[in-house]
Order: sequence, then C-alpha cells, then structure tokens
Amino acid sequence: MKALKAMTIAAVAVAAIGTPVLAETETYKITGAGATFPYPVYSQWAYAYKNLTGTQINYQSIGSGGGIAQIKARTVHFGASDAPLKAEELDELGLIQFPMVMGGVVPVFNIDGIKPGELKLTAALLADIFLGKISNWNDEAIARANPELNLPDKAITVVHRADGSGTTWIFTNYLTKISSEWKEKVGSGKAVMWPAGIGGKGNEGVAAYVKRVSGSIGYVEFAYALQNKMSCSLLQNQAGRFVAPTIESFQAGAANADWQNAKGYYLVLTDQPGEMSWPITGATFILVYKEQTDARLARAMLEYFAWCYEHGNETAEKLHYVPMPENVVEMVEKSWHDQIRREGESLWSLAKTNSQ
Amino acid sequence: MFETSSIPSGTLKKSGARSISGDMVFRLLTRIASAILVLIVAGILVELLRASWMSLEKFGPGFLVSRDWNPVTQEFGALSSIYGTVISTLIAMILAVPVSLMLALFLVELAHPVVSKIVGGAIELLAAIPSIIYGMWGLFVFAPYMADHLQPALQGAAGGLPLFQGPPMGIGILTAGIILALMVLPFITAVMRDVFQMAPAVSKEAAFGLGSTTVEVARSVTVPYGMQGLIGACFLGLGRAIGETMAVTFVIGNNRSLSWSLFDAGNSIASTLANEFSEASEPMYLSALMELGLVLFGITMVIQIIAQFWLKRMARQTGRR
Repeated sequence: MKALKAMTIAAVAVAAIGTPVLAETETYKITGAGATFPYPVYSQWAYAYKNLTGTQINYQSIGSGGGIAQIKARTVHFGASDAPLKAEELDELGLIQFPMVMGGVVPVFNIDGIKPGELKLTAALLADIFLGKISNWNDEAIARANPELNLPDKAITVVHRADGSGTTWIFTNYLTKISSEWKEKVGSGKAVMWPAGIGGKGNEGVAAYVKRVSGSIGYVEFAYALQNKMSCSLLQNQAGRFVAPTIESFQAGAANADWQNAKGYYLVLTDQPGEMSWPITGATFILVYKEQTDARLARAMLEYFAWCYEHGNETAEKLHYVPMPENVVEMVEKSWHDQIRREGESLWSLAKTNSQ
Repeated sequence: MFETSSIPSGTLKKSGARSISGDMVFRLLTRIASAILVLIVAGILVELLRASWMSLEKFGPGFLVSRDWNPVTQEFGALSSIYGTVISTLIAMILAVPVSLMLALFLVELAHPVVSKIVGGAIELLAAIPSIIYGMWGLFVFAPYMADHLQPALQGAAGGLPLFQGPPMGIGILTAGIILALMVLPFITAVMRDVFQMAPAVSKEAAFGLGSTTVEVARSVTVPYGMQGLIGACFLGLGRAIGETMAVTFVIGNNRSLSWSLFDAGNSIASTLANEFSEASEPMYLSALMELGLVLFGITMVIQIIAQFWLKRMARQTGRR
C-alpha cells in the first residue's frame, strides 16, 4: 500500500510539473469537439492551417450534443453544434456562439426507374411521407406533383437517423415549420420519435440503407449524397418553385437570412423566402467562452477562425459547403471584439483584421 | 535408492517456512483480486442506479412496459428495446444451439483427427473476428441476400404466418438474430467440444461394446456426461448475444415499432445505447439511457441466476442417478 501511495504521489507530481511545460511551448494546441456535419471541411482547414502556422487544431467529431456537453465541461477550447443554442442559454453558460459555414440537407430516394432529380416533392408530401401517411409510391398525391413520372406500386420505406444528430435537427425543424401535424405529433430535435421507417447510424448509415432498400427515401447531408452518388429529389420552396439541391440554391437560402437581428446568432435557415432558395439549409456553429483563461491561446484560436473565414472559402465550396457572407463575418468579428475577454481586456482587435 | 538422508534438515525447515509466508502472500493476492471484482460489480450497479435515478423516479416501473421513446417530449419507456433484445437473442439461440451441438459431436465422435483439427481451427478463427466486421458483413453482404432470397423464400413457404409479414428489406430483427447466431456459434461449439472430449473413453467403449450405434453413444453417454457443461456453454453464448452491440446496430434497423413480424426493424438495448448516448444532452434523456443500461444489467443478472439454479438442480439429479 505504501508503495502504491508513493507511486500515486509521484504520478501527481509528474503531471503537475508536466502541465506548465506544455503550456509554454510556442505552437498552440487547440482542441475542439462537436458536430459531425462540418467535419470534412473542419479537418481540411485544420490541416492547411497547421502547415501554414504550426498551430494544431484537434477537432473530434463526436456529434453536436457531445460538443455542447464537452464545452460545458470545459474539456475543450471550442465546441461545435449544428443546432444553435438560444440566447438565454448562451448567457447562462457564459458562451458566445457564431456561425462558421452553411450546408444543405437533401432528401435521397431509391425508386426503380426514377432518375436523380426527376422526383418532385412538395413540403406537404415530404411531411406526409415521413409521417407514414403516404405509404406507397403510386399514391395519388405524389402522382399529382409528378404527372410526367410513372411511379411504381411499391411500399415506401422511410429511412431516418438512428443516432441523435444535427442533420436531424435541421430536417425536423423544417418539417415542424411546414406541417402543423408534424409539429403536433413529432416536433423537432436532434432525435425524435419517428412515426415511420427504419434508422441508420450516421449519414453513411442512412446512405447505405437507402441504397440497399428499394422504394426507400431518407435525408442526408448534401456532401454525403454527392459522395455516394445518390438520387436527390427536388423540393418545393416557400416561393412555390421546385428547386434542385446545389451550392447556388443553398447560397440563395442563406442569403435572405437576417443575421443582423438574430440575437446570439440564433438563426435557423430552413424554409427561407426567395425564388431560388433550397428550403432545408442550415448553418453550423462554434461555441466558445466569453471569459477566456489563457489570453494567448484564445487569440490563437480566434486567429484560426478568422483565417477560415478569409481563406477557407475555396476549400469549403469544393466540399459543397456554403461559406459565410462577408457582412456576417464582419459582424462575427465585432462580437469577438465586444464579448471575448480575459480579465476585462478584449482579446480581438478589429484593426488587425482590417489591415489583413 | 534416493538419498533423502543427505538433505540437511535445516534446508527442509527453511523451505517449509518460506512456503508458509508464500502461501500467505498468495492468499492475500487472491483475496484482493476477488475483492476488486466484487467492488467493480457493486460500483457499476451503484453508478447505474445513481445515474438513472431521475428516470427511475419519474417513470417508475412503468418504464419497463411503456412503448414511448420520445426525446422531444422527454417521455421514455423500454418496452421496444427489451422486446428487440429478447427476440433477437432468442432467434440466435434457437439457430445456434442445435448447430453447435451437432458440430461439437461431429468433431469429437466422428471426424477424422485431421479434419477435427482443421474445423476446430476454423471455429476458433470465427470466434476471433471482431463484431464490427460481422456488422458490416451483415449490412453489405448478408442483408441484400436476405432481401433477395431468404425473405421471399420464407414468405413463399409460410407467408400466412404473422412472423413473416411486410416488405423484405433485408434488415430487421430476424437478420440481427441470424448474425448473432453466427457470432455465438463458435463460442458455444468450442465449449461443447471441450466438454465432450472429457467424457471417459472407457464408458464410450463399453457402450460401443454393448452394440450401441454412434447416435446411441452420443445420446446416452457423451451428452448426459457433459450436460452441465452444455448448459454452461449455452448461457455463455446467451450472455454474449444479449449484450452484443455493434453488429446488431448495423442490421436491426433501429426503429421503435413493436410488431409480430420478424421482418420488421426493431432495436435492442445495446443498439439504442450505441446510437443515442453521444447526442443525449438533456439530463432526463441521459438518465433514461442509463436506466436502459440498468435494465440490461438486470436481465443479465436474472439469466445468471437461472443458469446457476439450473446447474445446481442438474448436479443434484446426476448425483442421485
């Protein structure tokens, strides 16, 4: 027992000596955790940034809920979530949140004889299919929206996410907005009680099931639909037009967003107005503490995010994400200047970004 | 012949003393090891109870029979998860136990030693495959086969039964059960084989000498002799099947319906935990997931108790005989 005690003391001593040594090294190690949806672009940015500056960004894509839990527990320097926190929640926790990049969620289907982009769905149809009310592809309501298609007599298998997910949050947020029945019976959240269908784990799980099961329809992050060469449907937007999921239609959906009046950047981009707008668009958010404990590390972290806003657009677009518009970036950096502090001193000077 | 007298008496005494102190250290070590084990089990139970207290308080025993699992309204119940766990495990056992028994008997009684060695090696190899591989194989290879061949065939043969209703999707409770059967098969077989090998050759030869056929020897000598080990082997497989996570999560379909059809998707306790734990941020949601873990702990404990009870009863019966 004595030996054990001695060993414990030694271990604690080593740990105590070890920490300050790590903190004093010149290159910074910044850790973050959260949403899986932006992971492809976050990892590319981190890789490029490390080669450029030596600053290491370690991002764990454990899911939005996990990201929020980790930042609450202060085990990471920043959290990431697809579902924004409400302004009151942010105040309560002393966090600031800002949008990093945007993307789209798309319905994908697998129907024999129907090609990608041929199937048109109205908002009501999408809700009724996911409610289980329309259960066969030859249903009259679907035929009315698709007079030129010859839809088969085939049972519809709905595929949804089995795990909690920001993608589900965006998708159910949209269904809640456009269908009062959905709002009443199911509601929106990162995980909901699905009235119909089967669940796949992760975007890739949903993609695998949809490709596997004939007559199925699911929803995935756009990048996954492209990677897996899946058939996306057209959706009718608020303006009544059927639009295809493209970077342009996501951008149109995002362009009308009123970030100026969104308190704490709490803004959901589903069902936005505009002729060209894709109706299920969403932003993904970063969460950091307003009061930072390590000024130099906090500055390094903000510098990284500023670099992403300024130099990361091409990478983002290549991976089918929509970069934040310039005016939003300006607003975000102003919030950094106004709100992120260490003992009262602001950690972000606006002059610096203007000169860059 | 041996010069025992040449050993000085002092050495003998010394080594005797050493062995006593060695014994004490050994005894202490074994006690510490046992204490650690008990503490770990108790710790898990306490922690599960603590973490699921909120849910225990709110839902009470109704948690076990409620079909709700609604993270939006924070209403939770375990019925569909318990159902999926029990049914998929049951399917696995129904399929795996007879095959394992036949396989073990073949290896011990009938197979040429070389064949027995090769097949035995293959079984051990099967047991070493990680469960995620079974899951991926299940989803990408076996599920398509199920959907295209097995499920239509079952529907053709017994389509009237409520067990085989619905569109053949290839994934669901039946698929999960079959994958589980594949996974527990090598475990059960390996233990059964070892048990059968211990049946005394004399008894077997005597039975053969009396003119018994191979079937008769297996039925009245080998199997009864190894009955306890046989039951033990089955419970070992059962224990593995009931808590299996990754493979089941891949193929069970992960929905919360409760239907008679084995073609329908379902969920098991382990798959629900694997899917939902990381994103559960609300305290009540987390607590309900913890309670699911507690339920699984409880089910495993009940199975263990039944197994022990059964084994004891059998030991008594064989003793009487």
